Amino acid sequence: MQEGAGDPGLYDFAPYRGRQPIAWPGGKKVAVWVSPNLEYYEIDPPANPHRKSWAKPHPDVVGYSHRDHANRVGHWRMADVMSKHGFPGSVSLSVALCQHHPDVVADANARRWEFFSHGIYNTRYSYGMDEAQERAIIEDSIRTVRDATGQTIRGWLAPALTHTPRTLDLIAEYGLDYTCDLYHDDQPQRVNTASGDLISMPYSLEVNDHYGFFIYNMSPREYAQTLIRQFERLADEQSGTVMCIPLHSYLIGQPHRIGAFEEVLRHIAADGRAWITRAGDIADAWRAAQKGEAV
Amino acid sequence: MSLDPSYLEYPRRRLGYDHDLYAYSALPTRKPLAWPNGKGVATCIVVSLEWFPITPSDTPFRAPGHMQTAYPDYRHYTAREYGTRIGFYRLLDAFAKAGVQVSVATNGAIAQRYPSVIRDIVDAGHEIIAHSTDMNGTIASTLPVDDERALIRDSIAALSDVMGKAPRGWHSIARSQSFATPDLLVEAGIEYCCDWANDEVPWTFANGLVNLPLNHELSDRQILNVQQQSVDSYAEQMLDAHDWLAAEAAQQGGRMLPLHLTPYIIGLPYRMDAFERLLADLKARPATWFARGCDILDSYRSQM
Repeated sequence: MQEGAGDPGLYDFAPYRGRQPIAWPGGKKVAVWVSPNLEYYEIDPPANPHRKSWAKPHPDVVGYSHRDHANRVGHWRMADVMSKHGFPGSVSLSVALCQHHPDVVADANARRWEFFSHGIYNTRYSYGMDEAQERAIIEDSIRTVRDATGQTIRGWLAPALTHTPRTLDLIAEYGLDYTCDLYHDDQPQRVNTASGDLISMPYSLEVNDHYGFFIYNMSPREYAQTLIRQFERLADEQSGTVMCIPLHSYLIGQPHRIGAFEEVLRHIAADGRAWITRAGDIADAWRAAQKGEAV
Repeated sequence: MSLDPSYLEYPRRRLGYDHDLYAYSALPTRKPLAWPNGKGVATCIVVSLEWFPITPSDTPFRAPGHMQTAYPDYRHYTAREYGTRIGFYRLLDAFAKAGVQVSVATNGAIAQRYPSVIRDIVDAGHEIIAHSTDMNGTIASTLPVDDERALIRDSIAALSDVMGKAPRGWHSIARSQSFATPDLLVEAGIEYCCDWANDEVPWTFANGLVNLPLNHELSDRQILNVQQQSVDSYAEQMLDAHDWLAAEAAQQGGRMLPLHLTPYIIGLPYRMDAFERLLADLKARPATWFARGCDILDSYRSQM
């Protein structure tokens, strides 16, 4: 990015109007991917000078135990519903989960889910890191996920959405090919980086379960209706968009929410216009379409 | 700009947790729980019965629901008292009508100030668990351990004096504990707490204390006050949760549905009809076992 400039120069302007449609594989109109955040929050993390981790003195019992629910209960409830309706996950992973709770990571891997990095812990922020420190967490992420799953990560969602001006250049240099940190489009777009070939993969804060429940204060059924409307609108528009459903199993995997969410997956799977897939597959299909290849 | 090198060191990056308070266990890997009479969903109602001094304390933090305006905050002081005088008695009547027994997380100050309330709870067969001294009795690791020990002791003593026996359970204000709390509770003779919402069935700390997960996400405070949803939506969410858990229980063993209630929130006239209907709807479902915290504790322990 252009550090210090008003326009960080992340990408070129390209309005929605006038774009060529993209037919996703099978002639589908909307690529739908589900992104479970599999996270580990530390109970007593060191302080980052730029952002506080917990609201309360440690231990923040509610904050910590709420997230812990994901790794004891919520993950399986969410994952079973996804598998039942044919939705793979593309995991935003706190890579230290590979050490703390390898069973969770192994379960996701066995379901043929894709992994990308969401930092080491969701309680360690990138703010204030120098280049060597930022390289260290990228290298740690690549190594840790490869050792635990055999997969080579292709994407990045900054830990707790904390960035530095050099993050995108660095992940592109390491060969990662998509970022989930930019929210300017409903389709993948090229990102300007010093080297490499990076695209923005539409993720979403607006229909993220965290926003749904704690920013917009939706009931479980209102959130489910929101996801269905998001899908219906995109499916009615020109072909080639992407819908991401970002989840946290300590939220969506609660017993009062999972039933309404299952109806969303049932609805999208039955519609016929959705290409239900993973982030890396969307990146490949989008790149092929840019080259004029049949996808 | 760079961060202190220790920020990229992870001394507790290891198998299991980054603490030793309790061990990791994934629900699907555990021996299934069987509740009495083949019931699937232990439906545990916990009512918080609280006294808020009109002189709030911010040490270590101000309790949720506490005074908000400049002194004297008549509106919040009296609205909380409304809960104890009126809302709580509506709830007691509703429980009697539905034939359910509950646990009441009670400030020690309630016993000292309103001992007749304690007797009304006990006479109806409900359980009393300790809930600090009064709503200035918050706990966090910034509170000196000796002060925390005294607070736990005073809370239990005030309740025991009126109850004639000691409470078995504990609920911290705002579920907030220090690193020392589980040990201090065991030292004080407490058998279970309901502060950690990381699970959906009971589990045991390393020191033997049991945790009954009282899910804050399902509380009236969270849904009605924080998220500002309607009482009808609240009731629908509780039934949705119940029905999901009942289906899971049929396959995977007993589950818990915790209903955490606050008299000054759920006990308002315009909410009570919907709440009474919810109780009746839950009662009518064949999987429901209405259980006090101590009943769930005993059943859980008998299976460990």
